[in-house]
Amino acid sequence: MSDRKIGVYICHCGGNISDYVDVKKVREAVQGEPGVVVAKTAMFTCSDATQQEMVQDIREQNLDGLVVASCSPKLHLFTFREVARRAGLNPYQYTQVNIREQCSWTHTDDKPGATEKAIRLIRGGIARTALTEPLEPIKIDTVPKVLIVGAGIAGLRAAVGLSDLSISVILVEKSTAPGGRVAGLGKMYPHGKNGREIISQLVDEVKKRKNITLFTGAELVGKSGSIGNFTVKIEVGGKKVETVEASVGSIIVATGFEDYQPAAGEFGYGIDGVVTLAEYKAMLDNSGGKPALGGREIKSVVYVYCVGSRQQTGDNPNKYCSRYCCNAAVHAAIESAEADPKIRQFHLFRDMRTYGKFEALYTEARDKGSVFIRYSDAEPPEIQKDAGGRLKVTVKDLLTFGEEIVIPADLVVLVTGMVPRSNNALVDVLKLPVGRDKFFNEIHPKLRPVETVVDGVFICGTCQGPKNSAESVASALSAVTQSASILKKGYVELEPLIAMIDPDKCKICDVCTGACPYSAIEKGQHRGKEVAVVNEAVCKGCGGCAPVCPANAINLKGFTDDQMESMIDAMLKEIV
Amino acid sequence: MAETTKEGKGFAPRILAFSTNNISDPGIDLAGSSHMHYPPTVIVISMPCTSGIKPEWMLHAVQKGFDGIFIASDGEECAYLPDCSERASHIVKRAQEMLVKNGYEAERIKMAAICSVCAEPFTNQIKDFSEKIKTLGPARKG
Repeated sequence: MSDRKIGVYICHCGGNISDYVDVKKVREAVQGEPGVVVAKTAMFTCSDATQQEMVQDIREQNLDGLVVASCSPKLHLFTFREVARRAGLNPYQYTQVNIREQCSWTHTDDKPGATEKAIRLIRGGIARTALTEPLEPIKIDTVPKVLIVGAGIAGLRAAVGLSDLSISVILVEKSTAPGGRVAGLGKMYPHGKNGREIISQLVDEVKKRKNITLFTGAELVGKSGSIGNFTVKIEVGGKKVETVEASVGSIIVATGFEDYQPAAGEFGYGIDGVVTLAEYKAMLDNSGGKPALGGREIKSVVYVYCVGSRQQTGDNPNKYCSRYCCNAAVHAAIESAEADPKIRQFHLFRDMRTYGKFEALYTEARDKGSVFIRYSDAEPPEIQKDAGGRLKVTVKDLLTFGEEIVIPADLVVLVTGMVPRSNNALVDVLKLPVGRDKFFNEIHPKLRPVETVVDGVFICGTCQGPKNSAESVASALSAVTQSASILKKGYVELEPLIAMIDPDKCKICDVCTGACPYSAIEKGQHRGKEVAVVNEAVCKGCGGCAPVCPANAINLKGFTDDQMESMIDAMLKEIV
Repeated sequence: MAETTKEGKGFAPRILAFSTNNISDPGIDLAGSSHMHYPPTVIVISMPCTSGIKPEWMLHAVQKGFDGIFIASDGEECAYLPDCSERASHIVKRAQEMLVKNGYEAERIKMAAICSVCAEPFTNQIKDFSEKIKTLGPARKG
C-alpha cells in the first residue's frame, strides 16, 4: 500500500478523448489504485475552473501527488506544473499522462482497446507519481561578464551590444588583429558601405569601452564550471605566452567561416585567370578603376556559381547552399560594370538565389548587361585554355534546351561558398555540438537559434552556417539578448531531473566519467571514501551514464529503477 | 479489443515502446494527431534520451508480461549525445543477451530511429513488430 495522497484528473478534452475512450470506466478503474484519494473527470482539465478545482483539492486534501491524464506533455506540462506550484505542491510530484495523441486519437477505431490502454497508461503514471520526491530547481548565481570567441563583425557587434547593457566582455581573437572577413571587403550592399570602414568603426568603439577587454593573438584553451559561472583560460600569444584566467557567466562563439578552396583542376582552378570570388573581390577593391589581370584590362568575365556548395557527390559533399554567394557575385558584377560599362559578363548558374531584397541587385545586374545562363549539375561547364592561350568556357544552356555555348573570357570567377572552419581544439574545450555539415549546431533552428545544448554557450554568425554580414550581426545580437536575459536576472534555474550516484554502491571505476561528454561527473568524498559525484549544474539529465555503471549505482531522477519498474508493473495489472 | 487472450489466433502482443521526450515522442504524437492506427496494446514510456534506458528494465518488462520491447531511438538527432545510436545499440545488445539467458527470444527487442516527424515510419514499424511478435507468441508461456 502507498501512504501517498494522489489526485488523478482525467480529461474529456471536449470529446477528443471521451469520444474514443470511456473516461467514466477509466476513472472507476484507477480510483482504487494505491495512493489515489481523488479521481475525477473533467470536460477540460486545462480550463481555469478545473485548474482552480485541482488547486482546491490539493490544498484541502493535502495531496502530495498529481496526475493529469489529458494531452501530450508538449502542450500543458508547464501549465500543470504551475497548478501544482500555486497549490503548494512540488511541481516535480506531478505526472502528465498522454491519453490523447498517444491513445484516443490513435485508436479512434477501437474504443474498448483505447479505454483499456488509457487505464494502463494512467496506472503507470500513478505508480510513477507515488515514487516522486519533491525536487527544487538548481539555482546558480551568475557572473555579469561574457566571453566572446572571435572578433569578426559578429563578435565585435556582440561585444558592443553587451557593453551597452553594462555587461563586461572579454573578446578573444585568434589572429593578430580584430575584424575578421568583413575587414577585407570594400564596397558592400546596400548603400555601398565599405567593409573596412564598418569594421574600423566597430573596433574603435570596442577600444573606447572600458568594460570590453580585447585580446588578439589569443585562444581559449580551457573551460570549467557551468552556465552562470564558467572559469575560462585564455592563452595570449606574443613574445611570451601568457595564460589569463577569468570568470564569465556565458560564452558566445563567433568564429566565422572559411572560404571554399577549390581543388586543383576543379572548374579549371589553377589555370592562369581562374580565380575564386574572394580573390576577384580583392582585385576589384584594389584596382581603383577598371579590374585588371597582370596589367591587362579585363574585358570579359565568366562567373561559375555553386562552386563548393550544393554538392551531390564526392567524399564529403557540401550539400548546403552557401546563401551569400549569389548575392555577392551579382554585386561584384554590378561593381565591375560600374568600373567599366563595356565589360561583358556571363553568369553560369544552377539556380539563382538572390532572395529577399537582393532581388533588386539581380535585376540591376541584368540591366547593366550581365547575361545569365543556366547549367545542369549533371553537365557542369568546362574551363580550358584555347590554342591562343585564351580562357574558353564551354557550357550547355539549359534554358535553350541544352545548346552548347563557347564563351571566350579574360577571367573566370569561381563563385565559391563558405565552409566550416576546422576548430577541433575549441570544439573540445567547449563541447560544442557539430552538425553533419560540420558547422556548429543550435538547439532549434527556428525557436532557439543561438543556444546550444551546452547551457550558457551560444553560437552566432557564420560558425553555425552560411550567412551574410547582416544576418551574422542579427544572430550576434540575439546571442547578446540570450546572454543578457540570463545574466541580468542574477541567477539561473536548472531542471533538477539529473543523474544521481549512490555513493554506497559506487566503486569509482570511472566508466561513468568516460560516458559523460559534458564532464559532469567528478570525484568526491563520501564517508572517507572516494566516489563519483554528479556536478548538478553541468549534468544535462540525459541519463547516458546510468546504464553503463557496472555497479548500477546511477539513477536518473524521475526515471529511477523503482519508478520504471513499478510503472511497468502497474501497466500490466489485470483489468477487471 | 476483444482479442486479449494469450493463446492462439486471438493473441494481441503487449508491446512496451520507449520513446524520447524531444525526438521520437513528438513523432509518435504526430501519428496520433494524424489518426494513424496501430494496435492499442502498444504502450509508450518517454525518456530524455535513448542512451538512458537500462537493459534491466526491458528484462523486467518481459518477465512481467510485455511480449515485445520497441525502442524508438533518437538516432543521429539526439541533442545530448553525439554517439547516441552506438550507445543505444549496445544497450539493446545487452538487453537481448539478458533475455536469451532467461529463456526469451532476442527478437522480442527491436530498435529503430524515429524522428520528430516520423509518424508513418513509427506506425509501420510498430505494426510490423507487432506482427512479428505474434509469430513468436506470448513471452510468458503457460
